[in-house]
Amino acid sequence: MNTTTKAPKGIWKVIFASSAGTLIEWYDFYIFGSLAIVIATKFFPQGNPTAAFLSTLATFAAGFVVRPFGALVFGRLGDMIGRKYTFMLTLLLMGGATFLIGCVPGYDTIGFFAPLLVLILRLLQGLALGGEYGGAATYVAEHAPDHQRGYWTSWIQTTATVGLFISLVVILLTKTMLSKEAFDEWGWRVPFWLSIMMVLVSYLIRRNMHESPLFAKAKAEGKTSTNPLKESFGNRYNLKFVLLALFGATMGQGVVWYTGQFYALSFIQKTCNIESTQTDSLLAVALLMGTPFFVVFGWLSDKVGRKSIMMVGMLLAIICYRPIYKAMYNLSDLKNKSELVSNTASDVKATVAGNGDSVYHYTTAVTYSDGTLYAYDSTVVVHADKAAEITKPKISKATTMNSSDKWTMIFLVFIQVLFVTMVYGPIAAFLVEMFPVKIRYTSMSLPYHVGNGIFGGLLPTVAVYLSSRAKDSGQGDWYLEGLWYPIILASVSLVIGIIYINSKRRVE
Amino acid sequence: MDLLKKLLGIVWIALALAAAYFCIFIFGVPKFTSGKQEDLVFGIVILFVLTPIIVGGLFTFGYYALLGEYSDKKQLE
Repeated sequence: MNTTTKAPKGIWKVIFASSAGTLIEWYDFYIFGSLAIVIATKFFPQGNPTAAFLSTLATFAAGFVVRPFGALVFGRLGDMIGRKYTFMLTLLLMGGATFLIGCVPGYDTIGFFAPLLVLILRLLQGLALGGEYGGAATYVAEHAPDHQRGYWTSWIQTTATVGLFISLVVILLTKTMLSKEAFDEWGWRVPFWLSIMMVLVSYLIRRNMHESPLFAKAKAEGKTSTNPLKESFGNRYNLKFVLLALFGATMGQGVVWYTGQFYALSFIQKTCNIESTQTDSLLAVALLMGTPFFVVFGWLSDKVGRKSIMMVGMLLAIICYRPIYKAMYNLSDLKNKSELVSNTASDVKATVAGNGDSVYHYTTAVTYSDGTLYAYDSTVVVHADKAAEITKPKISKATTMNSSDKWTMIFLVFIQVLFVTMVYGPIAAFLVEMFPVKIRYTSMSLPYHVGNGIFGGLLPTVAVYLSSRAKDSGQGDWYLEGLWYPIILASVSLVIGIIYINSKRRVE
Repeated sequence: MDLLKKLLGIVWIALALAAAYFCIFIFGVPKFTSGKQEDLVFGIVILFVLTPIIVGGLFTFGYYALLGEYSDKKQLE
């Protein structure tokens, strides 16, 4: 990539120091979500309502809702004592919390202390993440020359996606190297333990970095803030820009980000019923293909402006989401395929459990003319004690796509990742340029984490609620109803962004 | 354009009130009172986190817009 002028001295070290730590923090955050099912069985036993409540709290509220509070706590610190020390603190906090999650004994060993400890550690993860991004983005931006800020900060923007990718790969590798039993027993802890080594390396790198030159200059001149929270949110002049950053940019960016990555993943797995390893691998491929475009659009934003690229990304997402998801659903819809009846195999195995219950395991494997495979498993328990409560059958369905459909699905996800790169690539530079040095870390962190943590984080819940309601009411395209949440929020951000954001305004 | 920004302030205020209604009565309260443990957390987040942010934040944004705080002149001050 031609950046037309030589890279500023030391900038690659700055990028590496910031990005490595931010990537590790995203990895730490994502492995919890990726291993949520295993964690639930170890720490939040089924059938216990309080434990189930704590489980939901840990995975959802602690992970997302707490992020804005982290933004406030560490943003304030970063504007008072400096970027470097604050985002070393967030790195150590995240690394320590992640490592300790891997060390907490299970519910069977220490009872209710187990879910409580996991919840507290998850809260610390959320707080740390809330403080990390603002620090890393501000630190890089304050080293970059004005006309290249979009390009250099876009490297930070790759870290969330790459962190997700690495978390999928590490978990996949650990599962491959261990037996299923070993992974379920203790192997799931390995990705958590791995984090501490990565964090230590990143800490040693960051420790040797200098403070941001702009902050150091402001501090030397006595121009830092003594109360960044009050100056950021307690005065109308700055608060109005915080609100504009939220409703005109990060709210739309947050929902596009979560739709293109997490909602696509859960839609393919749960609505299209695609087999989980195939789902993970096709998402990983789409992410890999799309990641370079964070840098492309960050670079482009230096030429044509941040606002135009972000708004075009939102507009394309709004227009294209429904057709894309309709195409994704139709790809996997077995009604469109011809079954090879002669290849269909059914089997039933009957066993008797120790308590006298009869367990019937039905499997059906269907092959279609285009190479698609469908596996249907159900387990039915007939209790020996006729008075016992009837157990609902456990059913699992999984479709394995043929190669052509798989690549079409990858392409459809890749398009969504492109929208993500358009809205997310330039946003670090955009947010940094909205606020003055002395309150930058605080002011930019809050709208970012509200837009992503709250609006984006709520997307799966709201989307599932909307599509379930539509399905129950018998709507034909019920599977598209969940998209109204990101479409509406992105539309509001698009209108506000186009009308209210003044591209000429850039705080130096 | 500055006039449009001001007039749209009314729209954002109305949208904030509509969002409040949806968040509280259509989504939040049914989740909060469903009796299911897994709905309780979401209900709490909708009612006590999302609703105040949307209503308070969007309302304030609309109010500032109505006052002309987002005029080009004021943004470039």
